[in-house]
Amino acid sequence: MRAYGAILSANFRTLLQYRAAAIAGFTTQIFWGFIRVMIFEAFFRSSSASQPMTVDEVVTYIWLGQAFIMLLPWNIDREIHNLIRSGHVGYELLRPVDLYNLWFSRAMAYRTAPTLLRAVPLLTLALLFLGMGLPASPEAGLAFALSMVGALLISCAFTTLVNVTMMWTISGQGAATMAGIAVTIFTGMVVPIPFFPEWAQTVMEVLPFRGIADTPYRLYTGHIPAGDALFHLAHQLAWTAALVLAGRWVLSRGLRRLVVQGG
Amino acid sequence: MAQIVVEDLVKTFRIAERSPGIWGALRGVAKRRYRTVSALDGVSFEIEPGELVGYIGPNGAGKSTTVKVISGILVPDSGRREILGRVPWWERIAHVRCIGVVFGQRTQLWWDLPVIESFELLREIYSVPPEEYRRTLDELVQVLDLEPLLDVPVRQLSLGQRMRCDLAAALLHGPSILFLDEPTIGLDAVSKLEFRDFIKRFNRERGVTVILTTHDMDDIEVLCTRVMVIGEGRILSDGTLEALRESIAPERRLIVDLEEQDAAVSDPEATVMRREGHRVHLSFDPRRTPAAGLIARIASQHPVRDLFVESPPIEEIVARMYDEQRL
Repeated sequence: MRAYGAILSANFRTLLQYRAAAIAGFTTQIFWGFIRVMIFEAFFRSSSASQPMTVDEVVTYIWLGQAFIMLLPWNIDREIHNLIRSGHVGYELLRPVDLYNLWFSRAMAYRTAPTLLRAVPLLTLALLFLGMGLPASPEAGLAFALSMVGALLISCAFTTLVNVTMMWTISGQGAATMAGIAVTIFTGMVVPIPFFPEWAQTVMEVLPFRGIADTPYRLYTGHIPAGDALFHLAHQLAWTAALVLAGRWVLSRGLRRLVVQGG
Repeated sequence: MAQIVVEDLVKTFRIAERSPGIWGALRGVAKRRYRTVSALDGVSFEIEPGELVGYIGPNGAGKSTTVKVISGILVPDSGRREILGRVPWWERIAHVRCIGVVFGQRTQLWWDLPVIESFELLREIYSVPPEEYRRTLDELVQVLDLEPLLDVPVRQLSLGQRMRCDLAAALLHGPSILFLDEPTIGLDAVSKLEFRDFIKRFNRERGVTVILTTHDMDDIEVLCTRVMVIGEGRILSDGTLEALRESIAPERRLIVDLEEQDAAVSDPEATVMRREGHRVHLSFDPRRTPAAGLIARIASQHPVRDLFVESPPIEEIVARMYDEQRL
């Protein structure tokens, strides 16, 4: 266990060095946040029908989404990609560690370090000046915090699964692009899930992606009552377990191929 | 009992083939043609603890495949392999704990981290007890002169410096077998000498078994007590360097510097190979012609300024061997 902790921390420290990327990302996130807020405000002003979320809830939802955007599993780990492309992935097997756990630890660092660099300044700014609200209640805050842990776990399990599938598709771009599209839509990053038609919502409720963004953000605003949090946490954990099992299965198939056919 | 036992290893690869041109590419989509390439074709050997073995052969002979099989990252099609009583890959984690690997072409250190942090990370990964880690690290730092490098990020190291750090990284967990895959490739002369010194010393003092693949015959000459030559997936020769020499190129060379220019040196029991001004190269068979007699005969006919006897360089022996086997 300590080995994986050490790997996580080493990668985390490495990624914290990318400050320029963080500053650039921060600026972009603010910019896109403004545009999305303006679109929704225009939408609310032009429509008199009752909407599934209030303006304030949506604004807070949007800024949370901008702050935690790097938590979304929309890209692949370049380094693992290169290992597989160059055929050096076999050398990873020279370490006395479980390869899935090794890559999961990497994914964990890959998701948390950039998120931390962006989220702290962006949330501060959004809370002070950009109309983002505080959690609906202390319980909502707690539910949000717990479900963010769940969100991280789903995201890492999904990232690892996508990384592992690169053992089959040489370029890795195909799987990553498809995953990226699914992630942006089904997490609620384009439009919050309550705004989707009834039938689409039913599908998205079942899928894992909402657990990465929509669920924690709605728990924060109180749109999902804190009392329902346990159900949603269970949904997150069940999907994490499923994605981990799937990733392990795919990896073991890939490794068998690798050790039989050669890197 | 032998530490490494390999018996009748066979490994073939299937390589997808594509006919050239657009038509070939299209046909490749519909139906793949495969060509079977045999990488190992019945390789057997045993290695005892503490041996320092050179493993040589031309490119594509099966060196890397063998190393990959015994280090556990490749499974052979058939054949027995037992390292320290374990079957690599099937007991991968326990197996890799006991081996150390250095690849000349790639580093196992973390590119962006200072060297010492890579070491700390390896300590965690191999769960080396803290006192043992301290002791090994101190020793390695001292012998390999790593002190000034410890806080430098790996990407800023020169190749020679990086190789020293990589070597330390491969030994931190106290492996009983060390694989070196072309470790001296690209190193400058001084770094090569230091590297060989260290390997020799570590092998002698710690009894670590070392298996070395290389194209640098000086590595073999200086380091190895035993040489295995592989070609086309089969072991062609296995024994001491002297035995290899005896069987392939038993002759000696006598090089004489004479006082006179272009002297007509000749001897019934030696052949003149080359003349370069004052210098004459002769070749003779030491089993039939004792060197002392030959030297005395030549010195009695021509005033000699200087002379020395040498064996054919190992490069030549190996080249001759590859050539004989038409590799």
